[in-house]
Amino acid sequence: MSQTTSILSKGIIKDAIKESFIKLNPIYMMKNPVMFVVEMGTIIVLLMMCMPNYFHAEGAFGYNLAVFVILLFTILFANFAEALAEGRGKAQADSLKKTKQETMAKVIQKDERIKSVSSSDLRKGDIVLVETGDLIPGDGEIIEGLASIDESAITGESAPVIKEAGGDFSSVTGGTRVISDWIKVKIQTDPGESFLDKMIALVEGAKRQKTPNEIALNILLITLTMIFLLVVVTVYPIAQYVGVKLTIATLVALLVCLIPTTIGALLSAIGIAGMDRVTRFNVLAMSGKAVEAAGDINTIILDKTGTITFGNRMASEFVPVGKSDMKEVAQVAGLGSIKDETPEGKSVIQLMKKLDIPQIPLDLEKSEVVEFKAETRMSGINLPSGEKIRKGAVDAIKKWVVEQGGTIPADLEEKSNQIASKGGTPLAVAKDNQLFGLIYLKDTVKPGMRQRFDELRKMGIKTIMCTGDNPMTAKTIAEEAGVDDFIAESKPEDKIRVIKEEQKQGKLVAMTGDGTNDAPALAQADVGLAMNSGTIAAKEAGNMVDLDSDPTKIIEVVSIGKQLLMTRGALTTFSIANDIAKYFAIIPAMFTIAIPKMEVLNIMGLQSPTSAILSALIFNAIIIPLLIPLAMKGVKYIPMKASKLLSRNLFIYGVGGIIVPFIGIKIIDLIIGLMS
Amino acid sequence: MDILQMLVVILIVILLVKPLGTYLYHVFSNESNKTDKWFGWLERVIYKLAGFKERRHMSWKKYVVSLILMNAVLVAIGFLLFLFQGSLILNPSKIKDMEPTLAFNTIVSFMTNTNLQHYSGETGLSYFSQMAVIIMMMFTSAATGLAVAIAFIRGITSKGETIGNFFEDFTKAITRILLPLSIIMTIVLVGLKVPQTLGPTIHAATLEGNIQNITIGPVAALESIKHLGTNGGGFFGANSSHPFENPSPITNVLEIMMMWCIPASLTYTFGKFAKNQKQGWVIFSSMLILFVGFLALVYYSESQGNPALNAMGLNHYQGSMEGKEVRFGIAQSSLFTTVTTAATTGSVNNMHDTLTPLGCLVPLALMMLNLVFGGDGVGLVNMLMYAILAVFLCGLLVGRTPEFLGKKIEPKEMKLITIALLAHPFIILLPTAIAFLTELGKGAISNPGFHGISQVLYEYTSSAANNGSGFEGLGDNTSFWNISTGIVMFLGRYISMIALLGVAGSLLKKQWVPENMGTFRTDNGLFIGILVGVVLIIGALTFLPVLALGPIAEYLSIR
Repeated sequence: MSQTTSILSKGIIKDAIKESFIKLNPIYMMKNPVMFVVEMGTIIVLLMMCMPNYFHAEGAFGYNLAVFVILLFTILFANFAEALAEGRGKAQADSLKKTKQETMAKVIQKDERIKSVSSSDLRKGDIVLVETGDLIPGDGEIIEGLASIDESAITGESAPVIKEAGGDFSSVTGGTRVISDWIKVKIQTDPGESFLDKMIALVEGAKRQKTPNEIALNILLITLTMIFLLVVVTVYPIAQYVGVKLTIATLVALLVCLIPTTIGALLSAIGIAGMDRVTRFNVLAMSGKAVEAAGDINTIILDKTGTITFGNRMASEFVPVGKSDMKEVAQVAGLGSIKDETPEGKSVIQLMKKLDIPQIPLDLEKSEVVEFKAETRMSGINLPSGEKIRKGAVDAIKKWVVEQGGTIPADLEEKSNQIASKGGTPLAVAKDNQLFGLIYLKDTVKPGMRQRFDELRKMGIKTIMCTGDNPMTAKTIAEEAGVDDFIAESKPEDKIRVIKEEQKQGKLVAMTGDGTNDAPALAQADVGLAMNSGTIAAKEAGNMVDLDSDPTKIIEVVSIGKQLLMTRGALTTFSIANDIAKYFAIIPAMFTIAIPKMEVLNIMGLQSPTSAILSALIFNAIIIPLLIPLAMKGVKYIPMKASKLLSRNLFIYGVGGIIVPFIGIKIIDLIIGLMS
Repeated sequence: MDILQMLVVILIVILLVKPLGTYLYHVFSNESNKTDKWFGWLERVIYKLAGFKERRHMSWKKYVVSLILMNAVLVAIGFLLFLFQGSLILNPSKIKDMEPTLAFNTIVSFMTNTNLQHYSGETGLSYFSQMAVIIMMMFTSAATGLAVAIAFIRGITSKGETIGNFFEDFTKAITRILLPLSIIMTIVLVGLKVPQTLGPTIHAATLEGNIQNITIGPVAALESIKHLGTNGGGFFGANSSHPFENPSPITNVLEIMMMWCIPASLTYTFGKFAKNQKQGWVIFSSMLILFVGFLALVYYSESQGNPALNAMGLNHYQGSMEGKEVRFGIAQSSLFTTVTTAATTGSVNNMHDTLTPLGCLVPLALMMLNLVFGGDGVGLVNMLMYAILAVFLCGLLVGRTPEFLGKKIEPKEMKLITIALLAHPFIILLPTAIAFLTELGKGAISNPGFHGISQVLYEYTSSAANNGSGFEGLGDNTSFWNISTGIVMFLGRYISMIALLGVAGSLLKKQWVPENMGTFRTDNGLFIGILVGVVLIIGALTFLPVLALGPIAEYLSIR
């Protein structure tokens, strides 16, 4: 998936050109009514070339040929845009399909014997054994064992992940490979419904359904097309009354110039490309509707741990108690953490380095490490000198020191409460019967989060942090990170409640989650981004899956959604604004021969009626390929207030859309003049 | 001086918007207020007589059905009265029964608030027909329009299941707004020398010794509701240019005010319903900007005189006075023309057929847009439809799916809106083209060439916009014109009403999306610009080719 194909690789362009011709099939064109009208017009002009007598179009072969060629290219350009957008998806799908090879699965039968079965014959509920080097034959849940798995085929991430039975990291995806140990997997999908199958279908665009906004926009485009069809059909008899003879080719040209071909040609490409941008970002959106909804999000619910903070608590301060000083606390803590591989332990050593406190040398060989156990709630080390060092939960250490015959310094209680009230976790440090002090463990907010939340606020999006911490801790982190609101001591059902409350106010809510107990909330949310590392239940409940399992990505997904909507709006505005200039080119051209005074309306000073009509038509055609890059890449989105954003975009695409064609048509007219 | 005259009138209307708009809000807000005390008794009597005990609130579909049925019954009664007016009461001038296609055209014309007149009031209608059909229809069609506007506003500004009760809104529109205002204005007009009598035509002996027939009748009563209800059908064939309908510049200004004040004030009422007064002013300002632009064009064009006459060396100091009344002059005539076509009333105080080419572009364009103030109720609804369209086109530019007043605009609304959007050009351009394809249509043109195109186009545009003003000069009392314009008026009125009430019904059920920094705002200056732009672009794109062949070509050829 991460094998990002460049926007315009040669192979894709070649395929797209081929596709553009295949898509000329009128049955296919009917799906896009605007372009279908253009195609019908093209066919009429073609017939006029072939049978001029029948249409009274003798002697206009050259003009009709020119109109025909330009119209044909208009359609081809539109098809090309769509084919190009689809092509990128197809390339990705092809690489995924390679992953989806047929493998032999080792099915464990009821009598515990192993039978070799083709992966395509596996059914829901089968239990398979997967050993080192085997491809996992289908999506499922590990019921026994632990293994490291290479998921690069799907996520593009080369570092293997550890998966084990039980808990939230027990789901495996078909097509990934076990690279060490073994697991027993209970298959959870029937053939053809696996995650990989879904992914292929999605990136291929096979299942692409039009989104509500796209449908609404299409309705409007069809209406405009009908209005202009009416305008063109009715102008013929009316003009005839005052002696203006209009040729059918000219009327077709007028029609094609007026109907919104630019947006009509690019609309589906914009949609496909928008989905594709999400996919490229390693997020799999189950529907375009979800991406569109992302642009409308009002509220984002984020888990504190792992999303806003690193999730592992880090030592940030050594707090002495009783008669000891800070250096002593640090050094004792240092001894106790020297063999401690947990993030907390490592952070103690880092903090010492930061504070320039030397580590007391120690003969590790002869020391005895005491591992952390849930019952004792402490860890430590027994030194060769017989001294015992312990660090751990304050209660546990207090009890241990008392057992060793020591006393508890009077200020311990107060200082540990202070740390807790600031949102930190105190760890007590003791050597034999003396309690030296506390390590202030703090959950650290990821860098840049505050800025991200400020940006979201500018977009009008509210952030809510969910955490199991007590209200004090939650408040501290919330303030530090700059989120708008928080829910402390939250239980899974709290998320659902908050989502429903927000939705009742008409807001759209996005959230991320990975656990099975997140599933109902993911399903309830308008945008539910499930982590690929999460359970199958979570992935099925959400409408997007992040293959990198990075919950902060929800913020980017929102931006992509907005960008998609903006691109659609920008090109629609541009397309309609273009019509003004086209009118000034075509109306005088149509009527000037019969009504010479109409020349006044030829404000662009185009050379001849024929040249004016052809110039407008050529502009209308070439603007499509010129805008393909914009349609594919999307309009640049900088988070800012809606009113500012509107003025900016309106200026670029509205005012620009009025001016650009005046210049473009004039230039084309000059070129035509030079050629003839 | 001319410009000052026009500015004063505009200013008075602006000052009227708030008090009248607030009053309209109180009438329809269905919360108890002072007006209940004054009019409640009358309504209770009406409700009792009608057997209308429970005034249950209706879904949009029920509202539409009630509206259609009510209108259908009135049409049936009116049609019969026209057909047999010769033998009915109050016919001192011995007017004959009406010809069926003309009766069809006339009844549709008045029920749809169009008031296109293919008959001449003096000779075509008995007093009974004038009062029992024409004046009655003037009340009911305006009340229908007001009810639609209020129902539409309720739909887009509230959340629930109901857009009100049609019969209640309809009754209140008459008892609390149209009836009291028209009674007051009738008395004022009588004071300003407009006749009000049931006496027969006066046969006066002139100095030459000939007998002149001077038609009189209940003119003042008709005149006030004709304008307040944005109806426009004159008592006399010459409409408001007739000295009995509009004797002086003061009555002229009063008539302008009457037709303009309700459509203008409804924007304020809308703001009150939306609980955001700025929203109402945005709509008002957009309308006013378009209005002033068009007024400037017609005034400039008329005051320059007719280029063909100027070229002959004739003094054009007075401007183009052909077809205008000397007592009104260019300014009062231009203003009247602009207001009567903006507010789609259709009364005229000058002959639109003899406006200069660019001058006649103005009434045509205003009726083609049909939303610069517009007729009672429907103008606001049309403008709000364009507001939704503007939001839909530009709302995406802020990266959110479009929403108007906190409600999302989705495929269902777009489908209904496009029906309304498509209907208007369809019923103007298609019949115009058909008219030019047939001898029946072409034969009626009195002035061939580009002006002939304007004549035909004007007739259908006026019918479609339910304006009713005639370009005149077109021989339009034939079956072809009676039937075709009748159908156009009918479709012009009801298609968009039904479709847009459907939009209201659909938006009504939608959950509000709360406003925040990311919301596309529709209550600021920028949106005025967008709205005006969208109206002009969509309108211009649709009608520019025919306008180019009609008034624009005419202008260019005599320039």
